[in-house]
Amino acid sequence: MSAGLHVDWTACAGRGVCVELLPELLERDPWGYPMPRGGPVVPDELEPHARRAVALCPRMALHLRPS
Amino acid sequence: MTSTIAHPVVAGGVEGPTARPLLGAAAADLAEHRRISGPIPWRDGPGRLVADVQDAGLTGRGGAGFPTWRKLAAMATGADPVLVANAAEGEPASAKDATLLTRCPHLVLDGVQLAAEATGAGSAYLYAKPGPAADAARFALAQRRAQAWDRVPVAVVEAPLTFLAGEESAVVAATEGRRAVPRDKARPVYRSGVRGRPTLVQNVETLAHLAQIARYGARWFRRTGTQDEPGTLLATITGAVTAPGVYELPHGLPLSAALELAGGADAPVQAVLVGGYHGGWLPMATARHAPLSREGLRPYGCAPGAGVIMALPRSACGLRAAAGIVGYLAGQSARQCGPCRNGLPAMAASLGRLAGSPGPDQPAALRRLADLVDGRGACHHPDGTARFVRSSLLAFEAEVGLHLHGRCSASPR
Repeated sequence: MSAGLHVDWTACAGRGVCVELLPELLERDPWGYPMPRGGPVVPDELEPHARRAVALCPRMALHLRPS
Repeated sequence: MTSTIAHPVVAGGVEGPTARPLLGAAAADLAEHRRISGPIPWRDGPGRLVADVQDAGLTGRGGAGFPTWRKLAAMATGADPVLVANAAEGEPASAKDATLLTRCPHLVLDGVQLAAEATGAGSAYLYAKPGPAADAARFALAQRRAQAWDRVPVAVVEAPLTFLAGEESAVVAATEGRRAVPRDKARPVYRSGVRGRPTLVQNVETLAHLAQIARYGARWFRRTGTQDEPGTLLATITGAVTAPGVYELPHGLPLSAALELAGGADAPVQAVLVGGYHGGWLPMATARHAPLSREGLRPYGCAPGAGVIMALPRSACGLRAAAGIVGYLAGQSARQCGPCRNGLPAMAASLGRLAGSPGPDQPAALRRLADLVDGRGACHHPDGTARFVRSSLLAFEAEVGLHLHGRCSASPR
């Protein structure tokens, strides 16, 4: 079962922790907010890293959802 | 129990209002409403009305066009639901919900009662702009209380005069007494809305149609409009027309005929904005006969939305008009989501430069910004603004070419 990243934009402040922990999936837009490099789907091998990014988001804005 | 629906007879002996199901049933007070439309056709349970609304093919008239029966059916399974009738009408170019509330308040409020009955909602709110719309609702509700017309109490909540006030989750926030801004969609309002209860937010025009469907039946409703998009819609026809105002027209009416309803163009028209500030432009040269329906406008990348039809005269610069609108939309960002808070002012500035004396890479820069904000917000404000920007670049392509050479069709040198 694959999962997808969801950003609660009302909570995200563009701190960039998720982009540092998931450089394979995310990059920063011109204002510092996370942007998917490809689609929102997280490949199985990166899921542990995605979980870590979710847990460490200082704004609790990043979520992992079944997709 | 039979499946036939009683057809109340209006004064004059005609079976219900036909050509204009809503505005044709306008009534100044409850006595007149009773004479024209009769009592509320209660259904004493949810099933049959939901089926009639499904047969009628009624879709939401607030802009998104979602099938109404599905929203009703989703509510009927929830515990202790709440109904909010939405007349926030944040779209500056739109006046149809306020017009409907002032001319047919009882039709809207009958729809509120019937939708509450169909969903099992024990309480309802009417969310409207302060002024004539909210006043008309309060006046109508007082009359209904005196006559014990309603079964479910309805409280009026005033909507702030912002573009996003009518967004579903902003409506929930305002109803709870908080600032009317959208929230993240991980928690949909139909599951957890007003004070955590399942909440149905339904546009007031949709509710008025629902009341008429309950009265006259699905087949009657389908006598106007198209097969796929039956019924009429309230359109605010504005801009370069002789008689701007709110008109009730059948789905599928050609654009040119809609402009004729409003007295025709009062100057040569270059393009028409349909669907409002999150909508798109129809170039007059190619779209004169485009049918006003979702299907008819799809080839042009447009949709009827909440029924705004704004004619732009040939004497105006389309890019300047578009820049003004994007400037407004940028100012209306709730400023909660980074891409919207930063991206919309950047798009407004970029389009402003394009409307002035742009450098050669300005159109591409603007397109990049539109792609950057798309889908990156709690609500559709960034997506809708990006769509409007792309449509402006397409519709005013020739004007862009002129501006890149230091010229402008509105001020030729």
